[in-house]
Amino acid sequence: MKLLRQLLFPFIAVLAAFAVGAILILIVGDSPLETYRLMFGSALSWPDGIGYTLFYATPLIFTGLAVLVAFRCGLLNIGAEGQLYVAAFAAAWVGITFAQRSGWILIPLCFIAAILAGGAWGAIPGVLKARFGSHEVINTIMLNFVAVALISYLTQYHYRIPGDPIMETAPIGAGAYIPRLGKFIPGLPERIPLNAAFLLALLCCLLVYLFLWRTKWGYELRATGSNASAAEYGGVSVRKQIVIAMTISGALAGMVGINEVLGYRHRYYDGFSDNYGFTGIAVALLGRNHPVGVLISAFLFAILQRGGIPVDAFTEHVTKDIVQILQGTIILFVAAEAFFGETFQRLGFFKGSKV
Amino acid sequence: MREIFTVSLIWSTVRLSTPLVLAALGGMFSERSGVINIALEGMMLAGAFTAAAVTYASSNPFLGLLAGIAAGVAISGIHAVACIRFKADQVVTGTALNILMIGVPGFLSGALFLSSGSTPQIPKEHLIPWTPILIALALVPITWYVLYKTPFGLRLRSVGENPEAADAAGVRVSHMRYWGVLLSGALAGIGGAYLSIGQSSLFTRNMTSGRGFIALAALIFGKWRPVQTMLACLLFGFTEAVSIQMQGVIKLPSGEDIPVQFIQMVPYVLTIVVLAGFIGSSRPPKALGIPYQKEK
Repeated sequence: MKLLRQLLFPFIAVLAAFAVGAILILIVGDSPLETYRLMFGSALSWPDGIGYTLFYATPLIFTGLAVLVAFRCGLLNIGAEGQLYVAAFAAAWVGITFAQRSGWILIPLCFIAAILAGGAWGAIPGVLKARFGSHEVINTIMLNFVAVALISYLTQYHYRIPGDPIMETAPIGAGAYIPRLGKFIPGLPERIPLNAAFLLALLCCLLVYLFLWRTKWGYELRATGSNASAAEYGGVSVRKQIVIAMTISGALAGMVGINEVLGYRHRYYDGFSDNYGFTGIAVALLGRNHPVGVLISAFLFAILQRGGIPVDAFTEHVTKDIVQILQGTIILFVAAEAFFGETFQRLGFFKGSKV
Repeated sequence: MREIFTVSLIWSTVRLSTPLVLAALGGMFSERSGVINIALEGMMLAGAFTAAAVTYASSNPFLGLLAGIAAGVAISGIHAVACIRFKADQVVTGTALNILMIGVPGFLSGALFLSSGSTPQIPKEHLIPWTPILIALALVPITWYVLYKTPFGLRLRSVGENPEAADAAGVRVSHMRYWGVLLSGALAGIGGAYLSIGQSSLFTRNMTSGRGFIALAALIFGKWRPVQTMLACLLFGFTEAVSIQMQGVIKLPSGEDIPVQFIQMVPYVLTIVVLAGFIGSSRPPKALGIPYQKEK
């Protein structure tokens, strides 16, 4: 029953959000069914739809996991956006600076750069919270803006090719490219940017699960999240856990940079993130802060993102803004799930059980 | 240096601070009642879009302003019901509303004006460049008075500091929090309306560009107090004015432009510093972010 309810509420939240979306689509004078058919049909077609959907899912898995790890420690990391920018730039910096090296050295170096930079940027609010007690939500919001400004400065003034009208750095060395999956999967054309970072994302789901539920460190982290004072009493250093959780969280968010720089654009492109950090909150929340849930909901949000493109082009009035509307509404309904709990109780479901 | 510090800089500071003051004072009502409001950005966007659309359609900017307020209140109403009635996480709900309001104006303007994300130009004679500035100016003493000198303000602050005690003293906690959040929507709505029908002459996609968050920063930097918050808004407005005026005017000794990015960072870095307690201590209302559970 408990598991059923765990699955039921997110499912209902998604359905409710689609219902709200349908009403809006009706208001502007299009057919909701047609719009949703277009959305899902294109996002799930083979090979282009699936290929791009999984490519869009990759950063969302990373940011979803990032939010998850922080959340399990009782922290809300809304700074994944800043962390992934810093990390992507760091990966590009290494890829540019050591461009002549062979892939065997360069790829690991770039990975480490992204992970360390993201982790360090995540550690800042962790340390600030542990040391001064200042709220991580405010600090991560502020650090997002600082990161964007800092990286845009570095790009504009130091790493742009002179004369390039676009805010982007010089390309990274060819040795740092990670392969596209089209190389290995028959039927998947290589022009689709789905790349090895997707496999890394799957691996991270497994690692996060093992870390949180199968190790002593993960146990201490979760103990801090469920009851900090009890954990402290039991000999866990809460301050240390806060810093650890934020560092891991930032490192996970930072891996978005691997997908973007090593796997896709092969340079740092300013403002590349399509709200990945914020969508990560939705992904983690809808996925019940469990790696498997994150995987499923990242896939759903990627469908929306991919499916928004044909909707924009082929419907009369509906624009791709419907994607943001659906995302926002899903988060809202998941956050306020007590709404469904009450409604169901009133309707007579779950009799005698506390929802 | 001299060509920078001119009357136009002061004027520009006032104009850039106005939306911040309005949104930050709004945020104050919400946060003083104990409800975190990171949805100021979304509420401003709602106000900006609605004000521009209604002003364009009716040729009456005051009707537009009222509509902008109504839109801000509507969004804050969702925030209030989710956070107070259903005890949803206040930060998550705020994030949801911000994402939602990136989409809604574009969606509606696509349908109403067949444009991608902006409203048509509003003729100059239908703009109100002054009214919101005057409202912001008046609201600082009014907010101070309401917060510290009226029973309403006392109750509002009490449910943000110690809702159990307030409840025991007969204050209706939820009721006060609804007021706090809805007022924040109204003021953020005016702030947004100023952007579209005061400062410029149309709504453009994501035209707040983070001002809701700067307002939040100013609120924290001003330690959740009206006068200090206004000063923080002026400071942040000033940094923005300087960064706009400086572009291409002052150069470093080496002959390069001073990067605007460093000036843009100022509000955020200052907020982190003040929150860590380096410049006096900034203490949030005690019950901020905690849903109130009435004891049975």
